Amino acid sequence: MEKVIDIQHLSKSFGAHEVLKDIDFSVNKGEVVCIIGSSGSGKSTLLRCINLLEKPSGGQIIYNGENILDDKHDIHKYRTKLGMVFQQFNLFNNHNVLSNCGVGQVKVLKRSKEEAEKIAMKYLKVVGMDQYVNAKAKQLSGGQKQRVAIARALSMEPDVMLFDEPTSALDPEMVGEVLKVMKELAESGLTMLIVTHEMEFAKEVSDRIVFMDKGVIAEEGSPEQIFNNPRQERTKEFLKRTIK
Amino acid sequence: MSFEWIVSIVSDNWPMFLRGAGITLLISIIGTIIGSVIGLLAGVIRTIPAPERTVKRIILKVVNIILSIYIEFFRGTPMIVQAMVIYYGSMLAFNIDMNPIMAAVFIVSINTGAYMAEIVRGGVISIDKGQFEAAQAIGMNHIQTMLHVVLPQVIRNILPATGNQFIINIKDTSVLNVISVSELFFQTKSIAGNNFRYFESFFVACVLYFVMTYAVTLILRYFERKLDGPENYSMIGQPAQVTKTRETEAH
Repeated sequence: MEKVIDIQHLSKSFGAHEVLKDIDFSVNKGEVVCIIGSSGSGKSTLLRCINLLEKPSGGQIIYNGENILDDKHDIHKYRTKLGMVFQQFNLFNNHNVLSNCGVGQVKVLKRSKEEAEKIAMKYLKVVGMDQYVNAKAKQLSGGQKQRVAIARALSMEPDVMLFDEPTSALDPEMVGEVLKVMKELAESGLTMLIVTHEMEFAKEVSDRIVFMDKGVIAEEGSPEQIFNNPRQERTKEFLKRTIK
Repeated sequence: MSFEWIVSIVSDNWPMFLRGAGITLLISIIGTIIGSVIGLLAGVIRTIPAPERTVKRIILKVVNIILSIYIEFFRGTPMIVQAMVIYYGSMLAFNIDMNPIMAAVFIVSINTGAYMAEIVRGGVISIDKGQFEAAQAIGMNHIQTMLHVVLPQVIRNILPATGNQFIINIKDTSVLNVISVSELFFQTKSIAGNNFRYFESFFVACVLYFVMTYAVTLILRYFERKLDGPENYSMIGQPAQVTKTRETEAH
């Protein structure tokens, strides 16, 4: 299988605090991988290291056969290949729904305004927010904001979508609408890497589950294996605590 | 009676009052605009994250030190003193005989620039980190992030502070009478010097100052509302749902 992102010996420290320790991890094309683990286990940091919002302290990130941590690598171009969805949505407050999805295409990918709007509309339809093109971020509910944020990331037509706890800041009644969109994306064959606390969702959509604990990947495997026959003691304990 | 004096002072001297008010407005408008541009540039430079390359880092550090000296010096000394130092100093040191109005615009501009630099810096810092991260995540570099995401929000947020600065400038140009700028205070002083009616003459000046500052306040409010856009949005394909609820409530 073709590896889209291949991480080797990745480490990250904040001062003396080692958050990620010697991580080896890869994502294959078309694969949906969920990263689970308790708070502080380093799963969000791993995701943020992949698109360099955090600068890794050591190791390599290989994308398309090139180490993107090389000095000469164009990180801005690399980032356009990764779509990021944040816990706090982070829609651009000065843009409406349509131009949230358009500004990156026009300014970074240099698409024409017409083309960008067409593509934005296509993905706003996918997330069911095409009726709200004129609305500003502050006029939307949390679930709507997150769906627009997903459309914004998709509009860049990335190779991989990264989701950083996309439903953790939502009211319970809005979690469903976002998970539904994500499930449809997963079924469409998109490569997705998801940090989540939604165990049922992870079990349902993932091709592979990665369990992180204290800055290392403690266990990884198919959803059936991780949820039904976890090998590691700490995986068992974590699942016992989170699934009732 | 004072009131009759006011009427006669206005009818005798209105061209002088108007010319004075005009000069005051001219200096404060140009000064505020140039000052805002200076402040925007200085504030944006001061919020550039530390570059990774050593050479760039050193250049930025030097520029930042120069900007700090500029800001601290002009914020830390009275404008009336700066006016004297710059106007008479330029004559003494470089033998430049500055046109008083040019000197006034220059002094107000650099003064406003120093204050605006800090206002802009505060504005940039106050923007949520998530806005920067989201812009970076779709591949924007720092300049694109600032131009298309951060600065439009900063400018909206600092508009009230900029209006404040504009109003302060309208009032503070009065100190420039020390370098013989023929603004409103200077003109009023001449008028009162002729008729010896100080209260009445300055009362007229007082009203004129207030009319100018209040007009500026109203104009800026209008711009703020305009920038905020409509409170409602229209839906495409499922028309006017928001407005409909409003109407139902009204009935």
